[in-house]
Amino acid sequence: MTDELELTRGYVDATLAAEFPELGLVHTEVPVRPGRSPAPVRARLRGASDRFTGPKAVALRQQPIPWAYRVFFRHVGIDPDERRTPIEAIALERMRAGGFLSRNLVDDALLLATLETGVPVLAFDAAAVDGALGLRVTSGGETLGALPLAGGRVVVADSSKPLAVLFGDTAEGCAVQWSSERMVLAAVRVKGVPEVSVEEALWVAAETVSEGT
Amino acid sequence: MAEVLEGFEEHALRAVPPVAPTEVDEAAIRRLLREQVARLEGELGALFCSTYPRTGFEWNVGSRGGPRLLSLSELEELRDELAAKLQHNRRMLADRTYVEELHRCRIEEMLLEPERHKYVRVRAEDIGERGCKQWHVLPRFGLIGILMNWWRVKISSGCPLARGLRPPFRDG
Repeated sequence: MTDELELTRGYVDATLAAEFPELGLVHTEVPVRPGRSPAPVRARLRGASDRFTGPKAVALRQQPIPWAYRVFFRHVGIDPDERRTPIEAIALERMRAGGFLSRNLVDDALLLATLETGVPVLAFDAAAVDGALGLRVTSGGETLGALPLAGGRVVVADSSKPLAVLFGDTAEGCAVQWSSERMVLAAVRVKGVPEVSVEEALWVAAETVSEGT
Repeated sequence: MAEVLEGFEEHALRAVPPVAPTEVDEAAIRRLLREQVARLEGELGALFCSTYPRTGFEWNVGSRGGPRLLSLSELEELRDELAAKLQHNRRMLADRTYVEELHRCRIEEMLLEPERHKYVRVRAEDIGERGCKQWHVLPRFGLIGILMNWWRVKISSGCPLARGLRPPFRDG
């Protein structure tokens, strides 16, 4: 079990907040030792594989939280049938692979958190995060690691640089590395997603990570 | 026209205050459009579940290069495309279910009078169901059945079983 998690509300810049008043980012920092998932985590994945069946995957988009993320994807110009929402991507992978395959402790923790709550959880290397974390719109000339970013993109950023495109690529060097000792877990809240589900997602991820740390 | 205006003096006409242009609250319109998009997405989701396991439906509406803030016209386009997609898929589903209903009636007729539906075959997918089940009208006892006009509906027992050993479950 993890100790009491210190959840922090990230900033949302004024332009975004005006358009999406209920958009938010909640994050927390936890110790991590990336590596192979321990047996209890792998057992949880197997159990989840058995419980997650085809009809459940089909009905996913009618459930309130996955639906809320689909709607948000539409609102920000992403086609959720082209680039899947995280929970749908997990469901599709489950159908394709026949089960939730364990990859490593961090990925498994994010998968379990998303699967149990429907809320996508992101992870960053705490050493790469500089200052306050939040959501904002990029101005022209910014980069995501070494890649140029077009202006007007919605990104997860710290006080100095974009860390990841929202529900997209993470900047090189900002993802959790094998050498990472601490990581930042962040969950994006959109309209229609209860606050408690966002917090639960972070709890599940933190608790799973703590099992292997 | 000149007679109509005769009674008016020019200065009286000038005294009419100009109509101020209406200010459009774009944020409110965008909010409204987003609500419409959400409602359409909900209806599309429900329709998606209703169509399962049928295939051949198109759900993509096209990405707008997100994640970014969409303009008013882009939100309008998105709303219209979603509405069109919903309408198209609803019509397609209605057509399919009509054909499926005909197939169901045909199965009933086949069961009642197999000799009137010689060699007709209806598959599970023809009635909008999953699986490999099929209703096939065949002669009883082969050639004798053909000569004696003895026909029956053979209902298949389903999909063939998978052969070989089950692959081991890999969990990393």
